[in-house]
Amino acid sequence: MAQKPQTLAEKIISGRAGKEVYAGDITLVDVDVTAVQDGTGPLAVQQLEKMNLVQAANPDRTVLFIDHAAPSPQKDLSNAHVILRTFSKKTGAHLSEAGEGVCHQRLVETYVNPGDILIGADSHTCTSGALGAFSTGMGSTDVAVGIALGKTWFRVPETFLVNVTGEFKKGVYAKDLILHLIGLIGADGATYKALEFRGETVEKMTMSQRFTLANMAVEAGAKAGLFETDATTKAYLEERGRGDKFKEIKADANAVYERVIDIDVSELEPTISKPHTVDNTVTVAEIAGTKIDQVFIGTCTNGRLDDLEIAAKILEGKHRHPDTRLIVVPASKEIFLQAVQKGYIETFIKAGAIIMAPGCGPCVGVHEGALADGEACLATQNRNFQGRMGNTEGFIYLGSPATAAVTAIAGVIADPREVI
Amino acid sequence: MSETIYNGRAFKFGDDISTDHIAPGRLFHLRTNLPELAKHVLEDADPEFAKKVQKGDFVVGGNNFGLGSSREHAPTIIKMAGVSAVLAKSFARIFYRNAINVGLPVLICDTDQIDEGDRLEVDLAGGVIRDVTKGIELTFSPLPDAMITILNDGGLVAHIEKNKGFKFD
Repeated sequence: MAQKPQTLAEKIISGRAGKEVYAGDITLVDVDVTAVQDGTGPLAVQQLEKMNLVQAANPDRTVLFIDHAAPSPQKDLSNAHVILRTFSKKTGAHLSEAGEGVCHQRLVETYVNPGDILIGADSHTCTSGALGAFSTGMGSTDVAVGIALGKTWFRVPETFLVNVTGEFKKGVYAKDLILHLIGLIGADGATYKALEFRGETVEKMTMSQRFTLANMAVEAGAKAGLFETDATTKAYLEERGRGDKFKEIKADANAVYERVIDIDVSELEPTISKPHTVDNTVTVAEIAGTKIDQVFIGTCTNGRLDDLEIAAKILEGKHRHPDTRLIVVPASKEIFLQAVQKGYIETFIKAGAIIMAPGCGPCVGVHEGALADGEACLATQNRNFQGRMGNTEGFIYLGSPATAAVTAIAGVIADPREVI
Repeated sequence: MSETIYNGRAFKFGDDISTDHIAPGRLFHLRTNLPELAKHVLEDADPEFAKKVQKGDFVVGGNNFGLGSSREHAPTIIKMAGVSAVLAKSFARIFYRNAINVGLPVLICDTDQIDEGDRLEVDLAGGVIRDVTKGIELTFSPLPDAMITILNDGGLVAHIEKNKGFKFD
């Protein structure tokens, strides 16, 4: 027990700093898991070469993901992928090949455990915070140093406690909650802070819903989105053969929070972020009827089995609007296979969807589903910045898988409560 | 901090300049060719910026500069374009840390007082920004000590090479 009560961020970082640290302290920490992807990994490898440190301190927990441009759409990217494959062979670091899935989903499925510190060269690395790990996004050089030396430095963040109560109405989900929260506090409302999600509603959430919340912590500027561990965390790890890695991680009573945000979800409506910032939120009712040219269901935010199930149930026996394209990308190979076995993929194909390889899909604007000038997309992804989907003249709306599915059928933004 | 004094013109941008504005995803294939990517720096915020910017100039943003992706390529190509420092009212966390790692000074100050084209003089050690055009002085928030150490060593790669690991006093 620490001398002073600790937040989750303080507790987890202290565990790897070898001393008690509190908000504002700067400390070196041991890193458990490091990750890079095909957009940031090649630069990380170049930096290691520059430092003459082509090595991995912990190769079995160093993972190189080919997910952003996978399979490669052009030769420059094919060559970038070779840099990662070669580094993996030289150092023994794990390689997650094209088609295996989005890094954040693969990390929680296979690599990250409660109490771990994960640094990843991708901003949505905060996803793993749902497992009670301190996980955060950094640049290529920071992660490169973490790969080689097994260490990094942190300034311990202050924490906002997000206390969630009430029961979701039908048609309203964790995605609507996180969009609402970001709308409430702003895209820089939690810059540098850790968000700690607690309360009766969070305790009842599945791991998948918790991943959705943690994933988007960075969209409020946060360094991490953290959850306590419980029976749900334990069951998730047990299903994946890591039950022995479970650890109880709870914040101390009377820990110091910079701010407490109370949200009662029983009043929450399906929520949408309008172009071009995530905090530009409205209720679905406010913009229902807006024409949509492309619907995208997938990503590290909402490409998991329960997301696909929600969408498939809505699309069952229906067809996309003739003027609206529908793209579905399962977040990982494991999810893809389960979705095939459960018949969701057949439902999507019959509904007129394009199914693409597990990975980031159209979210980053590298390939697959770039928008035309003036086109609008409704996506289940986490980011709607100008130019994000490959065209500064495109418009991106963010919503839940249910909102996405009903919108694909209607061809205009529609309210999922009309069919659920 | 370094005793360098920088001189240059201000290029003004608004709030929420994202890493997609600075280094767009559609140019993902140029990430392994940074000199080429640098020709497109900030293209999606100002298509002419890369042509107009000269060595020593400043990028001046509003709130939450650099939000979004972890791509270190964003501050790297700003530095490669010759920009001596980025000034903003606030920065997104990952961009801020990346900028220091690549040796690009990032200064938090009241940029509302600076206009496009103003001639600026930045004294890093003295902690002062002089808007020569307007005849005013602005102060900026000090960096954390760990970041000053890294910046003074010339970035994170140089810091690790010099100290054979992290060394914060």
